[in-house]
Amino acid sequence: MGVKLVFLGKLADLAGAPDKDVRGPLDWRGLLDALPGPLGEAARGDTVRLALNGTVLADKAALGAADGDEVALLPPVSGG
Amino acid sequence: MTAFSAAHPEAGGIVSFVGKVRPDGDVEALELRHYAPLTLAGMQQLAEATLARWRLDGVLLHHRTGALKPGDPIVLVAAAARHRRDAFEAAQFAMDHLKSDAWFWKREKRADGWRWVEPRGQDHADLARWT
Repeated sequence: MGVKLVFLGKLADLAGAPDKDVRGPLDWRGLLDALPGPLGEAARGDTVRLALNGTVLADKAALGAADGDEVALLPPVSGG
Repeated sequence: MTAFSAAHPEAGGIVSFVGKVRPDGDVEALELRHYAPLTLAGMQQLAEATLARWRLDGVLLHHRTGALKPGDPIVLVAAAARHRRDAFEAAQFAMDHLKSDAWFWKREKRADGWRWVEPRGQDHADLARWT
């Protein structure tokens, strides 16, 4: 059981799957390395937020995830 | 709504809004996804922010998830208050935030397939008017 990456909204389409397991520990650099092409670019962008174990990170670059953690990639929301 | 109304017998007025999947032809189906670790907590925070901002007796927020069809209700917002102005503004505030500041992602199915809904400029303007 590594770090579970969860892709919300359109990011699941870019990833080809709703989630992906990567080996921990995982920092920001490691996350970008794990995300190819357009998915990585989207993650880098201002409009995608990150949540670590259900807490939205104020600074994505401060990501520090360990095995057993869940990182969610949250694109711009559209509710209602 | 009956239960909400019964829970606030002292309210001078209750404003409610139901948002539906627009039945205007183009869209064949809708899907609402959410991220469970954030969804309800976010709605709870929105309810508390709404209650803190206006003099209200109560507020009700309902948002459906999953597969929906044209004409289906998606969201229900209700506000009970002593004075109607507070109820109207609170409902508007809550709706603006459920559309643009809550943890849901919507995609629409048209003839050419599924497309994720992107926030519009109007949505940002709607949020900005509350700050």
